[in-house]
Amino acid sequence: MKKKESTLKKVFNYIGKYKFAAVLSLLFSLISAVLMLFLPVLFGDMIDCIVAPGQVDYTAMTKLIIQGSGIILATAIVQWLQNVINNRITSDIVRDIRVDAIRRIETLPLKFLDNHPHGDLMSRVIADTDTLSEGLLLGFSQLFSGLTTIVGTIVFMLSIDVRITLVVVLVTPLSLFAARFISKRTYSMFRKQSEAKGRQTAYINERLGSQKVIKAFCQEENAIRAFDETNQTLASYALKATFYSSLTNPVTRFVNSVVYAGVTLVGALAVLGTGGVFSVGSFTCFLSYATQYTKPFNDISSVITELQNALACARRVFELIEEAPEEPDKANAQLSDIRGEVQFRKVCFSYEKDKPLLQNISFSVKAGQRVAIVGPTGCGKTTLINLLMRFYDADSGDILIDGVSIYDIPRKNLREQFGMVLQDTWIKNASIRENIVMGKTDVTDEQIKAAAKSSGAHSFIKRLPKGYDTVLGKDFDGLSEGQKQLLCITRVMLCPPPMLILDEATSSIDTRTELLITEDFSKLMQGRTSFIVAHRLSTIREADLILVMKDGNIIETGTHQSLLAQNGFYKNLYESQFMKV
Amino acid sequence: MKKLFVYMKGYRTECVLAPLFKLIEALLELFVPILVADIIDLGIGAGDRSFIIRYSIYVALLGLLGLLFSVTAQYFSAKAAIGFASRLRLAAFSRVQDFSYSQIDAFGTPSIITRITGDIDRVQSGVNMTLRLFLRSPFVVFGSVIAAFLIDTKSALVFAGTVPLLSIIVFGIMVAGIRLFKAVQGKLDKLTKATGDNLRGARVIRAFRNEDKEVRDFSATAEALAKLQKFTGRITALLTPSTYIIINFATILLIYIGALKVDGGELSQGEVVALYNYMAKILVELIKLADLIITMTKAAASATRTAELITAPAEDSHEPDKAMPAPVEGAPLLTMEDVSFTYHDGAEPALSHINLTVQPGSRIGIIGGTGSGKTTLVNLIPRFYEAQEGKICYHGIPLSDVPKSRLRSRIGVVPQKAVLFSGTVRENMKWGNADATDEEIRAALQNAQALDFVQEKEGALDFVISENGGNLSGGQKQRLAIARALVKKPEILILDDSSSALDYATDYRLRTALAALPENPCIFMVSQRTVSVKDCDRILVLDDGQVAGCGTHEQLLASCDIYRQIHLSQYPDEEAAMA
Repeated sequence: MKKKESTLKKVFNYIGKYKFAAVLSLLFSLISAVLMLFLPVLFGDMIDCIVAPGQVDYTAMTKLIIQGSGIILATAIVQWLQNVINNRITSDIVRDIRVDAIRRIETLPLKFLDNHPHGDLMSRVIADTDTLSEGLLLGFSQLFSGLTTIVGTIVFMLSIDVRITLVVVLVTPLSLFAARFISKRTYSMFRKQSEAKGRQTAYINERLGSQKVIKAFCQEENAIRAFDETNQTLASYALKATFYSSLTNPVTRFVNSVVYAGVTLVGALAVLGTGGVFSVGSFTCFLSYATQYTKPFNDISSVITELQNALACARRVFELIEEAPEEPDKANAQLSDIRGEVQFRKVCFSYEKDKPLLQNISFSVKAGQRVAIVGPTGCGKTTLINLLMRFYDADSGDILIDGVSIYDIPRKNLREQFGMVLQDTWIKNASIRENIVMGKTDVTDEQIKAAAKSSGAHSFIKRLPKGYDTVLGKDFDGLSEGQKQLLCITRVMLCPPPMLILDEATSSIDTRTELLITEDFSKLMQGRTSFIVAHRLSTIREADLILVMKDGNIIETGTHQSLLAQNGFYKNLYESQFMKV
Repeated sequence: MKKLFVYMKGYRTECVLAPLFKLIEALLELFVPILVADIIDLGIGAGDRSFIIRYSIYVALLGLLGLLFSVTAQYFSAKAAIGFASRLRLAAFSRVQDFSYSQIDAFGTPSIITRITGDIDRVQSGVNMTLRLFLRSPFVVFGSVIAAFLIDTKSALVFAGTVPLLSIIVFGIMVAGIRLFKAVQGKLDKLTKATGDNLRGARVIRAFRNEDKEVRDFSATAEALAKLQKFTGRITALLTPSTYIIINFATILLIYIGALKVDGGELSQGEVVALYNYMAKILVELIKLADLIITMTKAAASATRTAELITAPAEDSHEPDKAMPAPVEGAPLLTMEDVSFTYHDGAEPALSHINLTVQPGSRIGIIGGTGSGKTTLVNLIPRFYEAQEGKICYHGIPLSDVPKSRLRSRIGVVPQKAVLFSGTVRENMKWGNADATDEEIRAALQNAQALDFVQEKEGALDFVISENGGNLSGGQKQRLAIARALVKKPEILILDDSSSALDYATDYRLRTALAALPENPCIFMVSQRTVSVKDCDRILVLDDGQVAGCGTHEQLLASCDIYRQIHLSQYPDEEAAMA
């Protein structure tokens, strides 16, 4: 229960930014509620002008009609404005929440992102916020006006007759109790429903993301079967959540009928008892209030159930937004114009606590050296890179650049020292130019072209429908993995930082193209400390330092020649390349 | 959209009973003004207290009866709406299973995902609301009109004029709304894609310190969505005020006409009150109807998007419908005659005029630069894409006559990007063959050089792979993907550059094991490294979609410039030896 309240509070914090609009909306709903309440009074007065044949007061009636018309028009305008404002507020709030969510995603530890199904996170950012917006809209448009209508009605009724008002006021809390009783039970069902939905989205995301593999293995039937299971779980929660929540309305409506019957009884008896002082017109007016008065209770209770759902969803989004970000940066030092000396000191690291991976890794790299990291798959090569870029933090030990601990400087400052190309390419749905520039501002077209020429990407880019302005995903869809890697290399070529990380950077590029760009690559690495992970031993033969890794340890270090002379693990690895099948 | 109605089948009872019970509830409600009119005219008029008490109790009883009917109706409508949506989701997901590669490319994965999730959610709530209210609200409206006619024909003409006017306005706003809501959903697709991109690209974004720019780009997309939503809101917000105006002016008119009639002695005061009450009922009901119509409009827009998915042709049906035609005796395993392929109309051909004959058990190497058409060529074999020109035959049968699922069950494909799915290693391996024993799985893992690391993992075959193989290294994923194809014991094994993340030692052991497979499959080895293909019986050298050479390693070294260049780029030491 406490959690729920705090979720509500967080929603209010978002509303806070649109205080003015929210107040305006509240004001408009107040005005329209009062106007809407006033209209039945006029109608009641009109009916009182009609008593019997020959007893109709036309002059009074004309006056009432003019007043009524004005009120109707004013109400309509205020209603429209209020709707528009509500729509604005909710659209803006949901946009704010989504932007906050994405902002948080950018600062979450990679460990979190690596360990959470992306489909579920996407469902939080998109589907859950969508539900929240529907709930908010309903809340804004009906909760305010509902409350003001209730208060207004009580005031108007009191001004007509106290006794009947008491009947109405005493019976209606029943409907609130009923609504509360139901909504408490509904909330947990809504939560289960939205969790099931998250799981299903994760499944859909994973499977449909790799639909082509499913087809290649004729796994369609199995995929459908497994989907059906998640689907049925979702359906069973959805049925309960929907049914429970839909009980609110009939129950409150029943309470309304009781109120209505009570007003009829007391009202009619009052007309008799007072001998006409309490007129038939007032009685009619009361009856219409009885419906109008209970309608907001209906609305409020249905809004409450919608809000239950919205809050359950909001909680999931807020969970994401409040997920602990990376540890804050320390700014004890700042790197600039670095030489590029790198030192690992007794670094230990594991992805899972009970499974140590890197153990006491120590090595030093001099400025400008070319370091090749080799070893069997899974030996920890990529992990070294993860630590160097601070995608993950070491469990113990230290990593120094030019003698400064990387844990003492802001991450961005660290990362701007490195140019990185990974095996897993990442290309945005944006123009080729944007994909190369990656947000840098002061680059000219010539520089971009020159970089693309050095990386060997220019020749395929110029053949794309719109050259550098080709928007991927719109104008063209179907860059090969190799072409994507060339683009990623171009990014680094554009303004090379002092140090380089190439993790299988050319694994998908054919060797002829690779050969064409070798010279530019060598030039790029000149004077830059470079870390290269590759399986092609030919590309790392020229390294100044080779780290041979196995099972999380560095087992051999040296140059190509000295390692061959050692006649150890490296030699084995190297020779297998020339063995005949 | 109409095509979606078939998924309502089986819920016919619920679909009839839910609105019917709602209707009964509404009917009960319609009696209330009549009772009240009687209380005014007969009870108050005659000063009959017991009459007033009796009739007031009737009013309360009508409410209780209404409660019973409406709770049942709510249950039926929830059951039908959720059952319908759940079937729709299954149907949509199943249809995607029958999509061809080109269809998947055309729809785009994020759009498919939002259609199956968000859109169907909207349809679900739309159906639920519709079943509950759609009959009820018009019924209350028309019932009130009829009741009005029973009271007084001339006054009721006001009702008869009001209702069509309202319908026109409501309908007009609805039509505009559907189009706008569809556009909103389209923008939401974009936002979904942007979110996915940000999650997938976290490392690159951070390495390039592009977090702020990504947030800015995302904000721009989110803002575009918010803008369109606000515009849509301005249009649909017209609905309530316009109905309010019409209804209330009609009420004024009604009372005025009533006044004239009472003056002329044609109507009683109680009857005017009853007419007025009916008009009030219409107002309340119309407000509900307006909400319903907005929900329905959204649901309709979403239903159209869902229907686009479900009714898209099953270009690649997975049903093993047809039997495999008899193979032509003595025909080679696979032949390609003058085959050309183009991805998009008007684009450069990705493959042109390919000729190839492959005998069973032979090993074919395919080598060439990035974008030379290697992957395209092997994708034609399992009919992932269909060649536009030329003829491909499998055992002498034209490929178009070979049922896809039967064809694919004989082909093991290891794609360029190794994709695994959340689940245990065993489950992933069984994709190749559902009946595979642990022994067979271990043998396949052994041949794929994956057994060692799998056995080191916790649980070995029961080790749980996370989404997209997140807890495995690139090389481990590749080897598992190869093992998965081997479990199939295929007649044709296609390795599409699938050992690029393996170190040479492992790669070498892998090739040795593949050469010694007891099933002796025909192997298509796509690679960029000459070392991987040099022992193949024949090597096809592709350049820009055309065959630049075909022969053994030695033949090609002697005769094919491109092949020689590729080889020397990888073995510079041999240059001197060859000269």
